[in-house]
Amino acid sequence: MALALLSAAFALGALIVAAKAYTPEYAFHAYIFAAAGVASVFAVVNRYYNRPAETPQLIDGKPNYNFGPIKFATLAAVFWGVAGFTVGLVIALQLAYPFLNFDLPWTSFGRLRPLHTSAVIFAFGGNVLLATSLYVVQRTCQARLAGELSPWFVVLGYNLFIVIAGTGYLLGITEGKEYAEPEWYADLWLTIVWVVYLLVFLTTIWKRKEPHIYVANWFYLAFIVTIAVLHLGNNAAIPISIFSPKSYIVWSGVQDAMIQWWYGHNAVGFFLTAGFLAIMYYFIPKRADKPVYSYRLSIIHFWALIFMYIWAGPHHLHYTALPDWAQTLGMTFSIMLWMPSWGGMINGLMTLSGAWDKLRTDPVLRMMVVSVAFYGMSTFEGPMMSIKAVNSLSHYTDWTIGHVHSGALGWVGYVSFGAIYCLVPWLWKKKELYSLKLVNWHFWLSTIGIVFYITSMWVAGIMQGLMWRAYTALGFLEYSFIETTEALHPMYVIRALGGALFVLGALVMVYNIYMTIRSPKTALIGSQAALAPGE
Amino acid sequence: MANLTPHKPSLWHRHAIFEKNSIILIIGILVAISIGGLVEVLPLFYLKSTIETVEGVRPYSPLELAGRNIYVREGCYNCHSQMVRPLRDEVERYGHYSLAAESMYDHPFQWGSKRTGPDIARVGGKYSDDWHRDHLRNPRSVVPASIMPGYPWLEQTPLNIAHIGEDMAVLSVEGVPYSQEMIASAVSDAKTQGSADDGSTASFLKRYPKAITRDLGGNGGKLTEADALIAYLQLLGTQVDFKLYDDKANIR
Repeated sequence: MALALLSAAFALGALIVAAKAYTPEYAFHAYIFAAAGVASVFAVVNRYYNRPAETPQLIDGKPNYNFGPIKFATLAAVFWGVAGFTVGLVIALQLAYPFLNFDLPWTSFGRLRPLHTSAVIFAFGGNVLLATSLYVVQRTCQARLAGELSPWFVVLGYNLFIVIAGTGYLLGITEGKEYAEPEWYADLWLTIVWVVYLLVFLTTIWKRKEPHIYVANWFYLAFIVTIAVLHLGNNAAIPISIFSPKSYIVWSGVQDAMIQWWYGHNAVGFFLTAGFLAIMYYFIPKRADKPVYSYRLSIIHFWALIFMYIWAGPHHLHYTALPDWAQTLGMTFSIMLWMPSWGGMINGLMTLSGAWDKLRTDPVLRMMVVSVAFYGMSTFEGPMMSIKAVNSLSHYTDWTIGHVHSGALGWVGYVSFGAIYCLVPWLWKKKELYSLKLVNWHFWLSTIGIVFYITSMWVAGIMQGLMWRAYTALGFLEYSFIETTEALHPMYVIRALGGALFVLGALVMVYNIYMTIRSPKTALIGSQAALAPGE
Repeated sequence: MANLTPHKPSLWHRHAIFEKNSIILIIGILVAISIGGLVEVLPLFYLKSTIETVEGVRPYSPLELAGRNIYVREGCYNCHSQMVRPLRDEVERYGHYSLAAESMYDHPFQWGSKRTGPDIARVGGKYSDDWHRDHLRNPRSVVPASIMPGYPWLEQTPLNIAHIGEDMAVLSVEGVPYSQEMIASAVSDAKTQGSADDGSTASFLKRYPKAITRDLGGNGGKLTEADALIAYLQLLGTQVDFKLYDDKANIR
């Protein structure tokens, strides 16, 4: 009841803010919050009157897992994934054919690009992390998720944050910090959701039957805790007024730059790496039916990775006004980071030892293994690009974009697809996926797409970097800037083609997942239904 | 997990304390992730090269600040850097390399990370107001091969500066030296800067030395978003006089 009152008060507060908002865009967001508050009142009250006597923790001696919020997050991940990839394709085409900006505010590149990055990192990646973490923590702890309403609050609240952030970019509401664009009120909301997320995760760990916490959960914990620290540090801002969407970051200039890339690089390190390594440490052994290759390697991998990653941020600021010693520290740790990264890759790949034949027959496992291979490639390329001499060429060019996408499409994308293909039959209690052949199609379409993408960006980036610094025999700069832009056009077209193939692959996945959930072909029959899926 | 040998306690065995106690694990994580960040961030708040003050760098005028907010709103930083590196080709192409002091009042910084378009740290004064207006409306009208989006709505949208004083008040809390007088006269200062001399130009220039003041839109001082953005762009990189700057004073 207190919860319902709280929601009602929240909705009322949001309505007052909406009425006095400085801009119509902000009023729109306040109305969304108000609607969410009202919906939450109904949900809580409804739940209160229809509450079951008590949710049993065990059924027939097996934990009564809570899969509802996980199902929602899984489907949300698929939805945001397709949306985010598509926006990526649109902005890739805009760079090749600028008329596609349509001269409208909400379709211009500058607003769509943050929408793309946030949609794929935080909406797609975030929902994958929510779904898998809440699943893995239950299975490895042999315990039902802590709380009944709170897991739902986490999943729905997080997606509300995504909607607020995404619509905000289109309406021009942004803090102007890469990968941390949402304004102060969205940031505050995310903070509340994140604290509840940590509590749900921790409380479930406390319910575990095993004395040891499984390695995947270490990585999930590092991800949740560190992202909280980074989020709070980088988004420290003072709003103009509670009635204004605008705020000013308390940091400025060189300090803001360092804090931004301390955040930015560790959004890569802890959101896109630690969190997804947790997925690797659970789903690959599970799918291959083999234990993790080395327990000791996972301990070294874990501590070395989280300790070193934090230092790597300044490699985004080589040759800037950031002091040299900080740049050199960043470079040094980025190079050292190669080792724990490859340690993790080896641990993932070698888990397959004795089961390599499954790569031929199981495209889901193949997807996850290839993702680890992409991880290895990106974590070699990254340290190389962090070397100052290399960076002086690669920085500000499309090489960086190519590097990011070999990590994002190859590593994060593939390990997520693999996890989703595993999760869907387990969650919906199906015998198997609707079609492994379609998984195969997805795999090959997107692999060719990634190859187009990263090779065209390598060529584009290195070419542009060399053209910028080219001199004529008389000692003049050889090319004007616009000549380098013109030279990139064919690469931008090839990149868009690669992106289109990747989107196509994702659509194949959508169909496959829909049919897995809906088609009678995948139903469990008879006694099989009693078995816990995936066991 | 088979490698654990309980009879011979080794260093590996000691790790169990992290595996069995979630709170100790979290404390370990917090310690591991704190060190690097603290070592790299904290010194920047007191080192000479990062908090140097350089002659000529002043806070943004209200109109320039409003223009900067439009720059942020439209996501210009996604394609334009504002950081000239001390490399031969960049110094020749764009001008003197950027100083930390030149972005000391930038909340947030806009150094950028990608040059889909050129660096614009020193774009101020390189093109006329009219060029910028045409370029914002339709970039391909002045640079045929440009891939920049057009921003025709900027010159059609009246500038909303009703709350710009509140913006400046917040920035002064964050350390930007705006005086009470500057905050109080924010709206009128913006109008003064964006129009031909209206009698208050002299007092405006006392508050914001060397600021450009002219009828930016060529429309009798009616301020649009494009005017504010152009005021900001024309300021970029022009505050420090590099003929007088002693680049040995703060070697980096």
